[in-house]
Amino acid sequence: MTTKYTEDHEYIRVDGTAGVVGITNYAQDQLGDIVFVELPTPGQKLKKGDEAAVVESVKAASEIYSPVSGTVTEVNLGLQAEPGLINTAPDAAGWIYKITLDDVAELDTLLDDAAYAKHTA
Amino acid sequence: MSESSNEPLKSVVLNDEHVKAGGRMVPFSGYSLPVQYPTGIITEHKWTREHAGLFDVSHMGPSFVVIEGTPATPEAGHEAVAALLEPLVVGDIRNLKPGQLRYTLLLNHEGGTRDDLMIGRSPLFGGSLYVIVNAGTKDLDWAHIEAHLGGKAKLTRADDGALLALQGPEAVAVLDAILPGVANLSFMHYGPFDWNGTKLIVSRSGYTGEDGFEILCARDHAATLWNAILADQRVKPIGLGARDSLRLEAGLPLYGHDLDDTVSPIEAGLNFAVSKRRREAADFPGASRILSELAGNMSRVRVGLFVEGAPAREGATIVDETGTGIGRVTSGGFAPSLSRAIALGFVDPRHAAPGTRLKVAVRDRLQPAEVTTLPFVPHRYVRKAAS
Repeated sequence: MTTKYTEDHEYIRVDGTAGVVGITNYAQDQLGDIVFVELPTPGQKLKKGDEAAVVESVKAASEIYSPVSGTVTEVNLGLQAEPGLINTAPDAAGWIYKITLDDVAELDTLLDDAAYAKHTA
Repeated sequence: MSESSNEPLKSVVLNDEHVKAGGRMVPFSGYSLPVQYPTGIITEHKWTREHAGLFDVSHMGPSFVVIEGTPATPEAGHEAVAALLEPLVVGDIRNLKPGQLRYTLLLNHEGGTRDDLMIGRSPLFGGSLYVIVNAGTKDLDWAHIEAHLGGKAKLTRADDGALLALQGPEAVAVLDAILPGVANLSFMHYGPFDWNGTKLIVSRSGYTGEDGFEILCARDHAATLWNAILADQRVKPIGLGARDSLRLEAGLPLYGHDLDDTVSPIEAGLNFAVSKRRREAADFPGASRILSELAGNMSRVRVGLFVEGAPAREGATIVDETGTGIGRVTSGGFAPSLSRAIALGFVDPRHAAPGTRLKVAVRDRLQPAEVTTLPFVPHRYVRKAAS
């Protein structure tokens, strides 16, 4: 299991070809209170960089871009009732969607822990 | 609501206090100001509705307009200074009582709104007005006002100190413990209060829909006053983010968004600001348009909308049930006190009745919306003081 990051502050936690996507703790802190989440649809095909979801804070809407190409397998319906899970547990209960990766080699283009830490320093 | 420009950002007097408190500083109207503190906008918003929130609004434009010379009587002095300001605004300034404050609008010749502002009549001196304008327009407003004073009165800007707002149901108990007597001020009245060797100008007014006060304080005393108020456990510092969500729930327009130089007071639903005496005299800028609109000739009017689903933000198109565009959202967001999305916008008056079902376009999808009466959250002003 590895976690990779985009420069736009999405994370993807990968086990084989199965990935879980969310936004980082840094991102949730910057956005502030999340009040609404627009989720992708299970079965939806995404290319790396496609808009996959929208996260709305009190002040503004922020697009969430898919860190990898693949097919959405599951979305976090718990966010509909409780969008604030993204604030309280961004890398656990606040995940946004699960995806089957088309090409694990795409992960090499993303930031690892050290590079992401440097990016947000 | 943050606005960018090429001008270097100005700091407010209390900048260090905001940074110490963990405020996230953002550019707004040319100033660096806290959008929120670590607890976040929703917590700050609800704290203000339940207890007392302290806001730094020092970016705004407090000023004084004082008649030149010594008036024969205080009444003559007031009449003279009111006569200088009234041609620029739509409100009745002449009939203000000493210490009374009024919300009014500075208009252009077409009846559009240059700014919305407060004008108060000095409780002490006949011939002095307290004029508080918005941050983004203050330089233009003051130049415009000054140009019309014709040397008969002097405008002094007072935006070099701090302007604080203490808002919420516990604001009166908190502030009266620090400044005995403020509890006796009625809503939309103001007066001077001695504190710690300085004079504060305190008004019972605000921009949240709650009871509360706005306090003008000299630069050197600002940090001491800020910390003295915050020392009360009922008070937390509140950033611009919650200031915006509170005023939106209160249905109060924000200049540059819900009001601009094309929008008239009638279109904005601010008919109360066009006083009876001024209507009858028809002696304000754009009177013919405004009186015609009052008679029912309107092409758009400001409404409140409950929005289902994602918040509709400024600029979102409003359509009727057939899908025809009938207006635009001018302020929109999430209402923390209601846990739902709300918006202010302008629509064709035929679609403005409360209960009308409309739709708003959010990311190219149409979401249901319903026209509702304003405010979204009832005002809790204290119109009659306790004593």
